[in-house]
Amino acid sequence: MLDNLDAMTDWSRAQFALTAMYHWLFVPLTLGMAVIMGVMETRYVISGQDFWKRTARFWMRLFGINFAIGIATGLILEFQFGTNWSNYSWFVGDIFGAPLAIEGILAFFMEATFIAVMFFGWDKVSRKFHLASTWLTGLGATLSAWWILVANSWMQYPVGMTFNPETVRNEMVDFLAVAFSPVAVMKFLHTVLSSWIVGAVFVIGVSAWFLLKRREKEFALASMKIAAYTGLFASLLTLYSGDKSAYQVAQYQPMKLAAMEALYEGGTRQPLTLVGEWKIPAMLSFLATRNADGYVPGIRNILAGGHTAHNGAQALPATEKIARGKTAIAALSDFRQAQKDNDKEKMEKSRRTLEENIPYFGYGYIHNPEDLVPNVWLSFWTFRIMVGFGIYFIAFFALVLFLSRKKTLSEHRWLHRIALWSIPCAFIASQAGWVVSEVGRQPWAIQDMLPVNAAISDLTSGTVQSTFFIFLALFSVLFIAEIGIMIKAIQQGPEPEM
Amino acid sequence: MIRQGTIGIWRFYRDGFRSMTLGRTLWAIILIKLFIMFFILKLFFFPSFLRDKSTEEKEDYVGNELIERAFHP
Repeated sequence: MLDNLDAMTDWSRAQFALTAMYHWLFVPLTLGMAVIMGVMETRYVISGQDFWKRTARFWMRLFGINFAIGIATGLILEFQFGTNWSNYSWFVGDIFGAPLAIEGILAFFMEATFIAVMFFGWDKVSRKFHLASTWLTGLGATLSAWWILVANSWMQYPVGMTFNPETVRNEMVDFLAVAFSPVAVMKFLHTVLSSWIVGAVFVIGVSAWFLLKRREKEFALASMKIAAYTGLFASLLTLYSGDKSAYQVAQYQPMKLAAMEALYEGGTRQPLTLVGEWKIPAMLSFLATRNADGYVPGIRNILAGGHTAHNGAQALPATEKIARGKTAIAALSDFRQAQKDNDKEKMEKSRRTLEENIPYFGYGYIHNPEDLVPNVWLSFWTFRIMVGFGIYFIAFFALVLFLSRKKTLSEHRWLHRIALWSIPCAFIASQAGWVVSEVGRQPWAIQDMLPVNAAISDLTSGTVQSTFFIFLALFSVLFIAEIGIMIKAIQQGPEPEM
Repeated sequence: MIRQGTIGIWRFYRDGFRSMTLGRTLWAIILIKLFIMFFILKLFFFPSFLRDKSTEEKEDYVGNELIERAFHP
């Protein structure tokens, strides 16, 4: 049975990862382009120049293609929760459902209403109303992202809930703690701002293609300038939010940080590994604890326990956590039996035992302490890909802006080629960020509370394998369709001048 | 007043859809995709695993699953 469970878990994770990564091809471009075309249309409303209207309309067309192909791809993730992850879906109760419901309502009413005005409303509504609709389309998409990220953050840092052994569900006791947890706020900022970078790189890359083809020079240069300002602004803030996010990971998910750094033996004054033997002395300690002399536990230290955790308590060894997890689950079993026997005294006793050990509930499903270690190689390298490209983009945007101000941007064809090839790099960086976040938190579906091998439904892996390949085929067709339609729309260029 | 407003919104959307060029292709893709998702994938491949159970049965089922997974994986 264990083999089937492992296979089922692996295939379900692969299917979820495939769907999430496909969905994430569209979302960052939507969020990023919404801001850039909003700025362009604002220039049109302020200046009244038809040039800015043509420019905004061109990027809106690409935005529309991306939006149409990407729409509803996230719904497949919700299908998977109900089928492959039914234990998880029941266990999380209304905590996951509430943010997703708000997201669905917002997405439908805000985006669907204002996107129609944005595309159909040119020359039918006033300029200012149209501009407001463009910005509200972007705001709707951003607010949708907020609620999805709240749900994701809760899985990384579960707060604002209590576990009810009678219903075997978590119940929300503090909505604000869930909606505005520090992890949710920082994840939202980091994700949305990094999406602006993706949008900015896309706009600069496509504009560079026009320069390479010696077409639409004025349009391309103007687009590149706005995108570079947006990208540089977003990059610097992403640097800030990334630092804050990593600090939170050090506090709440130390195993993820150790995996990101491939740090097996920790200690004080830990260096930050760039690549190989290139290290910055004491930098990891400083970033993780805000003190260059701070102690950062490595993977072996976390499994062995005994160090001081972020909350000042002594960290337990993994074996002790596993034992306490099993005590919690045994207490849940006793509670449910006592409930059936209507034995109030035993119910109360087992409830107390459960509450004392609930922080370690998920560890009861861990068979070996080594199972608590995520994939170190993948976490380490995807983190470096994300950060490496992030630093590259700061330099890239700064250079584009510098040359734009010198009015020589159109002359550097080598830069135009680099800009074009930077488009896939932006998507790779964005995807790598999610891989760090989601692979690094394994084996947890919900941090410390529910590992993936307990969250999974009792299905056979064959069913999930079949749907994995159906998705792969469907997504490939849709992706090819998007690329084809997008390239055709780009080749057509902006509308001719009136 | 309300009637005029409703007619105005109807005409706005109708004219918008009629004037679409690339949008028609995109709408076709959206509709095909939604059909595949809701009428094929959801119905035949992604039934809700707990759909046939009452609330009490779901509590029992998931409760047993979570207990058994820990001790008899």
